[in-house]
Amino acid sequence: MIIDILSWICLLAGGVLGIIGGIGIHRFPDFYSRLHAAGITDTLCAMLILLGLGLQAGWSIAAFKLALIFLFLFFTSPTASHALANAALHSGLTPKLDRDSRGAKS
Amino acid sequence: MKSYSFAALLFLFWIFLSGHFDPLLLGFGVASVALTVFLSKRMNVIDHKSYPLHLSSKLPGFFVYIFREIIKANVDVITRVLGWRGASISPQLIDIPLLQKTDLGAVIYANAITLTPGTVSIELSKETITIHALTKEAADELLTGSMSNEISNRVFKQ
Amino acid sequence: MFIAASLAILITMGLALARALAGPTTYDRIAAVNMFGTKTVLLIAVLAFLSDRNDLLDIALVYALINFIGVVAALKLVTQGDFYSSDRDKREAEKEEPE
Repeated sequence: MIIDILSWICLLAGGVLGIIGGIGIHRFPDFYSRLHAAGITDTLCAMLILLGLGLQAGWSIAAFKLALIFLFLFFTSPTASHALANAALHSGLTPKLDRDSRGAKS
Repeated sequence: MKSYSFAALLFLFWIFLSGHFDPLLLGFGVASVALTVFLSKRMNVIDHKSYPLHLSSKLPGFFVYIFREIIKANVDVITRVLGWRGASISPQLIDIPLLQKTDLGAVIYANAITLTPGTVSIELSKETITIHALTKEAADELLTGSMSNEISNRVFKQ
Repeated sequence: MFIAASLAILITMGLALARALAGPTTYDRIAAVNMFGTKTVLLIAVLAFLSDRNDLLDIALVYALINFIGVVAALKLVTQGDFYSSDRDKREAEKEEPE
């Protein structure tokens, strides 16, 4: 029973975080800051939803597979973000920066 | 020696994924594991760097640390997305010194930076990492180098 | 409760799709598609529990990997126009002598 409630809380929180991330990619002004909003949905949102499902699954092969899905997302999402940001910077897309930013290059 | 432990791990992985114990399916498993190990040996990827088994005992401590950082950074970015308490963004593009000595350390550090929302590592060179940070505070925290120190202490300290 | 979670994920996917359509740069679109793919993985996982079919988890597992490879391939195609040459090598060769 307690586990059910916990998993519901996790699932709902994950869903809400996903929507917040979705709002973020529309509110932020440029590509680089949108990557941070997409980062919310890649990390904490995925973590919470998979944790909620894992609590429902209990100790089984399904839980192992959920952990594996999480691990793959955990390893691939920063790599994809880094590749995107790197490619964007090298193609000459300049980020909108704050005025008093220091040490900015190019 | 390393390829034997690699093969054993892969086979364990196969059993967990399939969940069946018929001779036929186990035979398929043995065949795929053999092929994978053969190809990995040909590609020379079973070495100290690509197959860091010696670090696996350090993983739990590192994961605890990185989860705490992810949750902290997420809360910060969420308040800025929603604009609570007048929170605003001040994007920064900065270079921070790369204090990790090994390639593996540099990759772990850059990945940890990207995993925490609010900071994305853009370019990795020998001495510096170029970072795009959503806020000045996040950039300042990275400039203190505390995350680099934590990774050195938690992952690479004997 | 799984229905509420899948609805929330669907809304997020809609928002990501809107960003992918709105653009403005190609990289925005690829980032939005990447996010869409991550949400698809989660949606498949939730659907596996909703319809009580654990086989779907395997599909989610494979989709997580395909999504990553697809994004990197699309990025490679956009930045250099083909799948096989490495423009990082070219860049480094311009900067310094190759080893």
